[in-house]
Amino acid sequence: MTTVLLEVTGLSCRRGGRMVLGNISFELAGGELLALTGRNGSGKTTLLRALALLVRAEAGRICWHGEDVVRDRESWRRQVAWLGHLDGLKGDLSVQENLSVAARLRDEAPDRIARALAAFDLEPLARRDVRTLSAGQRRRAALARVAASHAPLWLLDEPLNALDAPSQAALRAALGGHLAAGGLAIAATHAPIGVPGARALELGR
Amino acid sequence: MTGFGALLARDLRLVWRRPGDVMVVLAFFVVATVLFPLGIGPEANLLARIAAGILWCAALFAALLSLDRLFAADYDDGSLDLLLLAPWPLELAALAKCLAHWIVTGLPLAVLAPLMGVVFGLSGEGLGALCLTLLVGTPTLSLVGGLAAALTLGARRGGALLALLALPLCVPTLIFGAGAVEAVATGEGFVTHLAILGALALLALATLPWAIAAALRQAGE
Repeated sequence: MTTVLLEVTGLSCRRGGRMVLGNISFELAGGELLALTGRNGSGKTTLLRALALLVRAEAGRICWHGEDVVRDRESWRRQVAWLGHLDGLKGDLSVQENLSVAARLRDEAPDRIARALAAFDLEPLARRDVRTLSAGQRRRAALARVAASHAPLWLLDEPLNALDAPSQAALRAALGGHLAAGGLAIAATHAPIGVPGARALELGR
Repeated sequence: MTGFGALLARDLRLVWRRPGDVMVVLAFFVVATVLFPLGIGPEANLLARIAAGILWCAALFAALLSLDRLFAADYDDGSLDLLLLAPWPLELAALAKCLAHWIVTGLPLAVLAPLMGVVFGLSGEGLGALCLTLLVGTPTLSLVGGLAAALTLGARRGGALLALLALPLCVPTLIFGAGAVEAVATGEGFVTHLAILGALALLALATLPWAIAAALRQAGE
């Protein structure tokens, strides 16, 4: 029997006076991937941001190992690796520098950076400034930042955006490795993410 | 403090990679101060009397010039989310950003201002007072400007709004900064002015990082 690590109960969010998420509940155990699906504006990004505590939920609870995450926000942030709509990379820094800075900002050891760069075939680009990269290469760099993190929960907003087929395969492999190591992932996506055993939660129905 | 140091080092490195942003601020300061003698005329006594006010105003405008990108760059490229998700207080991140701004604007302005003071015929003591007051006063400008920059994140015409918000809050610093140099010119000491500038800086340091962090959280929603 797998242990539930993340438990979301009755989560509701209102944005601009409109209820975007209503009474969302789910559980996630180690090694599980939850794909958030639904039409544009169905609340996928809002749910991810609410889980990261970037957006205030109107109601509901998010529990990690049975503890309400709002009780210790800093500890919760250590559990979360974030990939947003925007890549969160500095154009005037190299790929390697972006990942090193991200690790230091999270007070994490940079021991996984080399492996993450290799996983997303970024070694030849590691010393290039991010502003010189294509959109797909930047997305890979942002994904490598997530993969280099020590956080057990990956929150990914449209991770397949701008990725070509080999890069999508690299993402699937990285996700597979993370899940096999007991990690969790929640990904908002319009296209099937292609990881075997992934659960789906359709929003906005 | 790893995260604080990493953010400070990152912002300084970004400025180092694009020094043009700082050079524009310093060039604005020089051009703005040089325009006054050209407009007012070459009367040395008049220029020396108004020098402190002009140099302090120019320093204030120059410092504000670069503030609109203080958080907007992170907001635009998604890095702000990473700061909001960093496992250490956002108040420290706000402080690191303001410190980086002060290092690349306030500090060079404090060094450059006495050189411009020579153009206005300020005495040696006056130049020293100008440099010292700018060193003590410009951190307040960075913190107040940081608050205005955070409050105007994502707003249309954010730059103009930022100036409207920040300028009134910088008036006490401006008065005591310029007043210190004038006090030296009239033979009075400027220690009181300097102490008040220091108190204003400490007050800003003790309160504004929290206000900036709250504004950033709001902007991140």
